Amino acid sequence: MAHLRTRKILDRSFTGFGFISIFFMALALLVLLVPIFIKGSSAFFFQGTVEFRRFQLDTFGRGNAAKIHEEVERSRKMAKPIYDKIAYFRENELPEYSYAERRDFNNDLEEIEENLYKLLGPQPGTEPHSVLPSDNYGRTRWDGRTKLLVGLVMNREEWYYGESGNEEGRLRQVSRTDDFKGTSMEEFFPWFETIIKDILNPRLTCYWRFLFDESRDSHFFGGIWPEVLGTFYLTLGSMLFAVPLGIIVAIFLAEFAKEGKFVSLLRTCISTLAGVPSIVFGLFGLAFFINTMHVSSNKSVLAGSMTLAILILPTIIRAAEEAIRSVPHTYKEAALSLGATKWGTVLKVILPAALPGILTGIVISMGRAAGETAPIIFTAAVSVGKPLKLFEVFNNGTPALSWNIYNLATEHEAVDEIRHVQYGMVLTLILLVLTLNLFAIILRARISKKLRG
Amino acid sequence: MNIITTENGKTYPAIEGTLIPREQAHIYSEDFSIFYGNHEAVKKVSMNVPQKKVTAIIGPSGCGKSTYLRALNRMNDLIPICHNKGKMVFEDQDIHDPRIDVVTLRKRIGMVFQKPNPFPKSIYENIIFSQRLQGVRNKKKLDEVVETCLRKAAIWDEVKDRLDKNALGLSGGQQQRLCIARALAANPEILLMDEPTSALDPQATLKIEDLIDELVHNYTIIIVTHNMQQAARVSDYTAFFYEGDLIEFSDTSLLFRKPRKQKTEDYITGRFG
Repeated sequence: MAHLRTRKILDRSFTGFGFISIFFMALALLVLLVPIFIKGSSAFFFQGTVEFRRFQLDTFGRGNAAKIHEEVERSRKMAKPIYDKIAYFRENELPEYSYAERRDFNNDLEEIEENLYKLLGPQPGTEPHSVLPSDNYGRTRWDGRTKLLVGLVMNREEWYYGESGNEEGRLRQVSRTDDFKGTSMEEFFPWFETIIKDILNPRLTCYWRFLFDESRDSHFFGGIWPEVLGTFYLTLGSMLFAVPLGIIVAIFLAEFAKEGKFVSLLRTCISTLAGVPSIVFGLFGLAFFINTMHVSSNKSVLAGSMTLAILILPTIIRAAEEAIRSVPHTYKEAALSLGATKWGTVLKVILPAALPGILTGIVISMGRAAGETAPIIFTAAVSVGKPLKLFEVFNNGTPALSWNIYNLATEHEAVDEIRHVQYGMVLTLILLVLTLNLFAIILRARISKKLRG
Repeated sequence: MNIITTENGKTYPAIEGTLIPREQAHIYSEDFSIFYGNHEAVKKVSMNVPQKKVTAIIGPSGCGKSTYLRALNRMNDLIPICHNKGKMVFEDQDIHDPRIDVVTLRKRIGMVFQKPNPFPKSIYENIIFSQRLQGVRNKKKLDEVVETCLRKAAIWDEVKDRLDKNALGLSGGQQQRLCIARALAANPEILLMDEPTSALDPQATLKIEDLIDELVHNYTIIIVTHNMQQAARVSDYTAFFYEGDLIEFSDTSLLFRKPRKQKTEDYITGRFG
């Protein structure tokens, strides 16, 4: 036995290590969650421009039509001199320059007009490039991306190879004011910088309907309701398959199975299943449920739910078996001695007493089912879709938060322009899982309290 | 039957445990052995248990008394390695006949365990558990059963105002009486008690013993106990088990005053055990 002093020191240092570990864990959580919340909330709270309000009015009929028309008129009136000045320069001054100079000026002008289009939408009185909403509206948000576009009107990017021209090249910004020195456009750029914000007229906007709107033009506009609903369907559907199946298997393993080669093989299989990479489940789901069983002709919520169900089944089985085994033996004896059948004992006494433990397993796997991406790639997920009605889940794929976060962040045509949508989806997914967990935790606490008396 | 006579003038049969004629026995065993794997825990025990009397089974730890008791309503079925030989008869039926309906048997032979084991439900739900199993839905009938059984178990006055509260909130002694009430609700004829007071304080023990005195008017009670004073206080007959053998079965008063066997005397005088 060590000295009392040594033991005290050991005790204290152990407590200390515990606190340090908890502190670091909390810190890691904070580092992870705070940016997610801040960036994610930018999908809901942002500086909405006049274009945002125009889009909302045109597409969803939201807002005071008269007021918005008035605002749009005002913006157009303010923007008109911009186009006038460019046209004036092009018609009256440009022809007097040499061919090489004209070419440089034209490049500048084209870039300016392109970025103006992105900022303000099509010039009043001209046809939009296409019917896509992204070609019909300017920037809806006054954010870093918009400021970048303003910068691209003001400045030109060029490769710079140093004074000697032999250094390693780097991109640098050259003010267009310098390009247009001595022309009528010289005054244009400082002036443009002062009025552009006023034209777009950003106002703090709370777009809570982001959650409940369908997306327009592949997430350039609108919200994420189909994704939220899809995740909801998939999670619930997988639970519908996995929970009853898992609990029945757990009951069998804990109460009815005779320990032997078959049962130990079964246990090994379940443990192995828990360690299989999720993409394998995805491929299996495609090969088995869709191609072999034909549960649906193509991707569907049904097939995705089944695949997710297999994925989470081992977790549920293990948790439920643990919970059932930890029910005191005396409950079982009491029930049997009162003339209960084996099944009656399981249903009336053991399962109710094991419910908190089983619920824990369900909560854990519910979060997992909501967030898993790989199993639904081939079985359920589509990148753009309408919110499904309940009877459509049997034969229709659905967008889902997990898969669409990945999809929008990697494969979208304009990944950088819809960062807010990606972050908004991440936040929504996390909140969804947290809400589900919170709900289950409260439920569990209630049941535990009832059991403990 | 080979009758032998002892010095105090009472006659005893040669086969220990058959003091009560078989015709008067409520339940009896004949050459009944119980094995855990290869180990013979109870060895060829023949015992006739009298009706509406308290029969105590005493003996040192590991003597097979609990095992024997649990065989009476087939609770040993829960232990996979446990099997048995011989006859154990209740109303002309072999209890261990595989064709017998064990659920009905257990309803008729109720059991109270060493540790109070109420379900984590309300007091009310605990009592009506067996009624629910039988499919009784009538609220009035259930209320009646609850009150009768709780009164029989002498706990009605203590819990009548909190029937909807969780049974685990009761004290240990109350829980055990609740368990007795719960067992009574199944309408048993025989009540098996496996050291029902070993987890209780002296006061609670006293209450249970009083309760046993009351219940014996209507039920046959078999009680396993470690406590010899308790056996002496509550039982009419006492069986002494030692290493799986039934050493002596006799009137409780006689067994404790004038044991016929040396081993019994050694045990009750505290020379071993």
